[in-house]
Amino acid sequence: MSSENSETTWLSDDHEFSLPQLADLSGMTEQDLRELVDFGAVLPLDSEAEPWSFSGKFLPVVRTAFRLRVSFELDLQSLALTISLLERIHALELQLRSLRAKTSYPVG
Amino acid sequence: MKYKDYYKTLGVNRDDTTDAIKKAYRKLAHKYHPDVSKDPEGEEKFKAVAEAYETLKNPEKRAAYDQLGRHPNGQDFQPPPDWGQQYGNPPFSFEDADLADLFAGLTGGHRADSRKIRMPGQDYDVTSTISLSQAYQGSEVELHLSMAEPDANGQLRRVPRTFKVRIPKGVTDGQRLRLSGRGGKGLNGGRDGDLYLHVQLLPHPLFRVTDHDLYLDLPLTVWEATLGASIDVPTLAGPVRLKVPPDTQSGRQLRLSGRGLPRPDGKAGDLFAIVQIAVPATTNETERGLLKQLAEASTFNPRTQWQPEA
Repeated sequence: MSSENSETTWLSDDHEFSLPQLADLSGMTEQDLRELVDFGAVLPLDSEAEPWSFSGKFLPVVRTAFRLRVSFELDLQSLALTISLLERIHALELQLRSLRAKTSYPVG
Repeated sequence: MKYKDYYKTLGVNRDDTTDAIKKAYRKLAHKYHPDVSKDPEGEEKFKAVAEAYETLKNPEKRAAYDQLGRHPNGQDFQPPPDWGQQYGNPPFSFEDADLADLFAGLTGGHRADSRKIRMPGQDYDVTSTISLSQAYQGSEVELHLSMAEPDANGQLRRVPRTFKVRIPKGVTDGQRLRLSGRGGKGLNGGRDGDLYLHVQLLPHPLFRVTDHDLYLDLPLTVWEATLGASIDVPTLAGPVRLKVPPDTQSGRQLRLSGRGLPRPDGKAGDLFAIVQIAVPATTNETERGLLKQLAEASTFNPRTQWQPEA
């Protein structure tokens, strides 16, 4: 058994990935990622500025996209729709969690 | 090597068609895929289903699997003596490998020549549950993984690996961290895989978390809320004196700036104390007498909004 210390990277707005990095780390091709951007499922930090860069929070999204594509044999349009809906569910779950946190629970 | 009954995993018969197998896989994938399922054991179940389908969807791999014979699930077994020659000797010993490893490199009835292909190492996704105090202070967690790694002879073996991962201050519920190059080893110059850590916070008996802010119920007596009070409020760094202003209403949120979870940028979230007006479960004669005096003296009506419009 080995034991190692590892450095960590936040997958949030504090970290950025280039398009080739995002493709390399997720398994998606750059062309597929460009199409996901066209569908609005993934957003570059500035779509007008080439080369594109992406917030670190999109790496889990794109990795999920790749897993779903492989597992369900989805075409890119279905994949973009699925990702958008999953992101919406995620946003609603965050909203629900936030509302629950802010809700007072009287004793007794 | 432990035997896995892939047909049983997918709930199909051994003589079912590839279409029937595909249909069974899709149904189970919808149910257990970790990206869409809420089943806490979904990920493990999906891995088993995906592994079974990966082999049974391919006619050559399915034929190779069928030739391993039938054994009870989980029982140790050895492939027939000529199996390795027929399907290309795998780059690992049968004892240390997983059944999935046996079929991973098998294409078209022969083992793919993996010597020429640059293959990135496998990524691993791990969920780590930590306490709120650990998130506040930063913590070190130990991750135990079983990874497929080539030995000195290039043979794949399952190796137990332990990683000590420093979870820095600033982490919150749902945060994802990437540990670069800490996944499976790449082959033939391919990059090493990554380790992705999904952080979950254990529920705390007092504090509720949203992003980096904390919420706490602050029970006050009627007289504390009316007259104002100084209350020692618990925070993750120890109690802090909070001044409750007079005439504080139930449900009001009193903010303790910077007393939430630390943020990655060095700042911190806030702690919000939500006021609850608490009423004693029982009262003595003196208390009831004083409350009666208050009822007679007060003109306060908390139900003015119920008055019918003129």
